Amino acid sequence: MTATTADPAAGPRPTPRLRRPGGAGLGLGVGLATSYLSVVVLLPLAAIVARASGHGWGRFWSAVTTPEAAAALRLTLVLGLLVAAVNAVVGTLIAWVLVRDEFPGKRVMDAIIDLPFALPTIVAGLVLLALYGTTSPVHLNLAYARTGVMAALLFVTLPFVVRAVQPVLIELDREMEEAAASLGAERFTIFRRIVLPNLLPAIAAGTALAFARAISEFGATVLISGNLPFKTEVASVQIFSQIESDNTLAAAAVSTVLLLAALAVLLALQAMQRLGVRRA
Amino acid sequence: MPSRGGRGALRAVAVGYLLALLALPLGLICWRTFANGAGPVWHALTSASARHALEVTGSVAVVAVVANTLSGVGLAVLLVRHRFPGRRLLDALVDLPLAVSPVVVGLALILVYGRTTGFGAWLAEHGVKVIFALPGMVLATVFVSLPLVLREVAPVLEEVGIEQEQAAWTLGASAAQAFRRVTLPAIRWALAYGVVLTLARALGEYGAVAVVSGRLVGKTQTATLFVEERYQNFDQPAAYAMAVALAAVAVGILLVINLLRPREGS
Repeated sequence: MTATTADPAAGPRPTPRLRRPGGAGLGLGVGLATSYLSVVVLLPLAAIVARASGHGWGRFWSAVTTPEAAAALRLTLVLGLLVAAVNAVVGTLIAWVLVRDEFPGKRVMDAIIDLPFALPTIVAGLVLLALYGTTSPVHLNLAYARTGVMAALLFVTLPFVVRAVQPVLIELDREMEEAAASLGAERFTIFRRIVLPNLLPAIAAGTALAFARAISEFGATVLISGNLPFKTEVASVQIFSQIESDNTLAAAAVSTVLLLAALAVLLALQAMQRLGVRRA
Repeated sequence: MPSRGGRGALRAVAVGYLLALLALPLGLICWRTFANGAGPVWHALTSASARHALEVTGSVAVVAVVANTLSGVGLAVLLVRHRFPGRRLLDALVDLPLAVSPVVVGLALILVYGRTTGFGAWLAEHGVKVIFALPGMVLATVFVSLPLVLREVAPVLEEVGIEQEQAAWTLGASAAQAFRRVTLPAIRWALAYGVVLTLARALGEYGAVAVVSGRLVGKTQTATLFVEERYQNFDQPAAYAMAVALAAVAVGILLVINLLRPREGS
């Protein structure tokens, strides 16, 4: 974009200037944005890393490898991977049903998919406890159990894969599938060889987001987990109890691990997007 | 294209999963909340502590939405319309809040503004209380919902392009005029969508606010903290009433979003 500036005094009639708010204005804008983001986001996060590493690598390492912290981090990772895997399969399946199937009530089903994003996380936990808690009418008590925590994580991560895959599936050209079918390909072969490769980038992106959300979730798990160390305590809940007992060093150390994991997922997503753009 | 039987099985799995995870638990909690009619629910929601919690939630949400709307539009214009060194870094940084655990956000704010830090102590000396007070809760809420407006507005800004704005400048419009008369109308639905998303997130935030508020009943307790505190104190009717009220707001917000979404394309 080239900005042409003309001196109004040069011509007989003032030439309208093509102004782009660049120069000093741009510098001011960038400065403002950078300082705002620094104060609101960067500085606080840097404070965590500083607190965690302030007493050297040894202190950091011993804080994240205490039996309780290590158990919480391990549980967080395992649950995150499980939740991501379930979402990859079931999320794709739900997206498929929403796009390729027709049945009464489909529109309602499509609308409630977003509910977990709109619902406060503490309400999500409470809602699950109503059906799967100690007073369960179906006699399925998941309270204070790892399966309960997993159910809570599945609840809050539900929309990620569905909403990533759905638009791609809508745009997908049916002609390729029809051609394969006319050549005698089995239905499953068509799905595996033609549909799935086209959906894969969307599934991967949705799954990565679901994983990132699952390892950081707090509100939905807090009621259903009962915060039992070594059993149902995930990393975010562990951080919370360390803050409550004023042990900010331990809390900051575990937080740093979560931050690094979040950063890794974000970078992986960006790399995937760039790869996708290059392919297209 | 699965066969008739396969299609039915897929449909059954999808519907069953959503029923078990979403619809049935939500239905059950509504049914239990209104088991004795609407009277007890109204009573629970209008108790002094519930009203106070709703007020705190409302004021924190309003400030956070205003802050994130202003910064979101400003950042979107900056990132889409301008090229400057460090732009991609800024672009990546903006997404970070969505990936950070709410508890980590709370801890981060405590480590900057808490009484044990130099800055926090200095602020306290000058009578500014951030942690265990509203400013900290606003900061936490602003943090967790930071990119929502920006991420809705930026793609639309990119799509509408620069031509109309240039035309406005050519005709002698000031930057403010061009923004108000040309840019703002073009992004208004995306902006509304982003504002609604931010509002939903701000009303529902729990983890970050739980850490920085100190959870002082009748002081810094928000609606979501009220749900947790009442539930832990075996006051199930009050916890359910507030949860259903928050869920109703969430459903209302979803409806608004669904109304806004199709109009984006037109």
